[in-house]
Amino acid sequence: MEDLLTVAVAVFQLWMFVVVFFITLPAMFGLSLGVTSVYIQILVKLLEWATIRIQRGRQEQPSVPAPLPNGIIERAEGSMEEEMEQLRRSRSLEGGEFALSDALYFCKKGLESIVDDQVTQRFSSEELASWNLLTRTNQNFRYISLRLTIFWGIGVFVRYCVLFPLRITLAIIGLSWLVIGTTLVGFLPENSVKYWLSEVVHLTCYRICARALSATIRYHNKENRPQKGGICVANHTTPIDVVILANDGCYAMVGQIHGGLMGVIQRSMVRSCPHVWFERLEMKDRHAVTSRLRAHVAAKTKLPILIFPEGTCINNTSVMMFKKGSFEIGGTIHPVAIKYDPRLGDAFWNSSKYNMVSYLLRTMTSWAIVVNVWYLPPMTIQDGEDAVQFANRVKSAVACRGGLLDLAWDGSLKRGKVKDAYKEEQQKMYSRVIVRQNSISATHTRRDDQS
Amino acid sequence: MGSRASRLLREEEIEEIKKETGFSHSQITRLYSRFTSLDKGENGTLSREDFQRIPELAINPLGDRIINAFFPEGEDQVNFRGFMRTLAHFRPIEDNEKNKNPSATEPLNSRTNKLLFAFRLYDLDRDDKISRDELLQVLRMMVGVNISDEQLGSIADRTIQEADTNGDSCISFNEFIKASFVVNIHICTVVWFPFLS
Repeated sequence: MEDLLTVAVAVFQLWMFVVVFFITLPAMFGLSLGVTSVYIQILVKLLEWATIRIQRGRQEQPSVPAPLPNGIIERAEGSMEEEMEQLRRSRSLEGGEFALSDALYFCKKGLESIVDDQVTQRFSSEELASWNLLTRTNQNFRYISLRLTIFWGIGVFVRYCVLFPLRITLAIIGLSWLVIGTTLVGFLPENSVKYWLSEVVHLTCYRICARALSATIRYHNKENRPQKGGICVANHTTPIDVVILANDGCYAMVGQIHGGLMGVIQRSMVRSCPHVWFERLEMKDRHAVTSRLRAHVAAKTKLPILIFPEGTCINNTSVMMFKKGSFEIGGTIHPVAIKYDPRLGDAFWNSSKYNMVSYLLRTMTSWAIVVNVWYLPPMTIQDGEDAVQFANRVKSAVACRGGLLDLAWDGSLKRGKVKDAYKEEQQKMYSRVIVRQNSISATHTRRDDQS
Repeated sequence: MGSRASRLLREEEIEEIKKETGFSHSQITRLYSRFTSLDKGENGTLSREDFQRIPELAINPLGDRIINAFFPEGEDQVNFRGFMRTLAHFRPIEDNEKNKNPSATEPLNSRTNKLLFAFRLYDLDRDDKISRDELLQVLRMMVGVNISDEQLGSIADRTIQEADTNGDSCISFNEFIKASFVVNIHICTVVWFPFLS
């Protein structure tokens, strides 16, 4: 019995030694031992082999359909008028501006959206072109080969028994260091030493947390990094976005004060540097929120604010509507595009399906998180542009850089119904189609009267 | 961590649906996963709310009528077979299909059946006639508040006048077919990507 205890203690000591010296300390200095990149390379090779194997297996068993990330139907890109004309075969309609067959146009549009629509697919995880040996992404797996199953089994063992405990340890170290470090720094008086220390503490913790996810982050265009007094906007996929961005710079976070563990972390963070936390009631008052953010931005010495204008997590295949609130504050906007590699781990947080804890557990048992971050050049609102147009301009820039689809739909459609205004817009467009001929015939009659 | 499909589709069912609707094997499996992703209640049937959750359908002026077409008379739930049967109307028309089953009934996606689908959109009370009131109601759905009552009324009157041949001030299905003879019916198809056929 005592032997077992001493053995267990020795293993634990070795474990902590490895964790502290090989992972935590390098993380503090921003160095990397290169283990993660080797791991990722091995993984990518393995997944490529698995893809080929699965494709070969699919050819032998044609009953297994191939998943398609680009949608399943072709949709005509024409406007309502063009398609109606095609339907009516451009028959000139002096007798009736309206044709009974017009309903078929709406039918077709309706049925196309039932088969495959642009919006609902964004609120669930992206479908992969090929299986990546994780059970959770298994859409239509049929047994293909013994070797594949063996690799899957090894993968399960490695992920759950080797990587997961390591990651949990790191996460705990990272978060406790964040709380302790920021509280300690909070005791210092307001001077430049405090700010520097606060930066060090924040960066270290986020780097440790990134290691806890086996995250490989590639930053592009670092010269465009957000400056003090600016506002950083990015597309939102997961709460981990914060960790990803904060690995390369310090931001002032904006958000609601939560209870529990999150609340403890938030309260200690704000002691060392000015984050902007709101009470729940304050969040409803848009005016109060905007003025507080404006005050923060106006003090040019404060850290850049980090805002996610989509308002909710989207599955990283597209960028949805940027809410105009962030763009009314003023100041320079520094857009950032974040794109996760879906093969090695699904980063999207489907908040209707999983709560935060199960989401983190799933992420920590994936292969890894590989992410590309692009810093875009700063943008400001131009003359004659209102907040909505500015928001759309920024959104297009982010979508273009990140290789994401640019959608005008609102992310809050995840939970709510679409506004009636959009239906009214469709009805207006159709009225114009059938009334246009009417006004032409009316003009004819007027001319006849005059001549 | 559960899988999305609460139950997998059996091969016999796929074959039956293939025969009835003409969809290919891979199209049926794709549509089944679409069906299960829309089925939030996970009970194997879709309700009207499940359809309403699709934003592009919710903003369609005739969205409610299209959703209604999926549900048989008086029912509130549609299963996968019913779903496929309605979708089959919008498959492309193939001339060689008639040669395959000369004794079978007309395929769901024939020209006549596509026009019947449109006819049923107007025929609100399902009495096989489009009355002036029904036409006005559907017109009102399509144009919203942008056209006055009188103008809409005159459009409806003109349409009925042109189409009505037996003088009963209603449009029957045969009159509807005749009125739509110039319609480019091939527009009324949902075009699948080629490697899915």
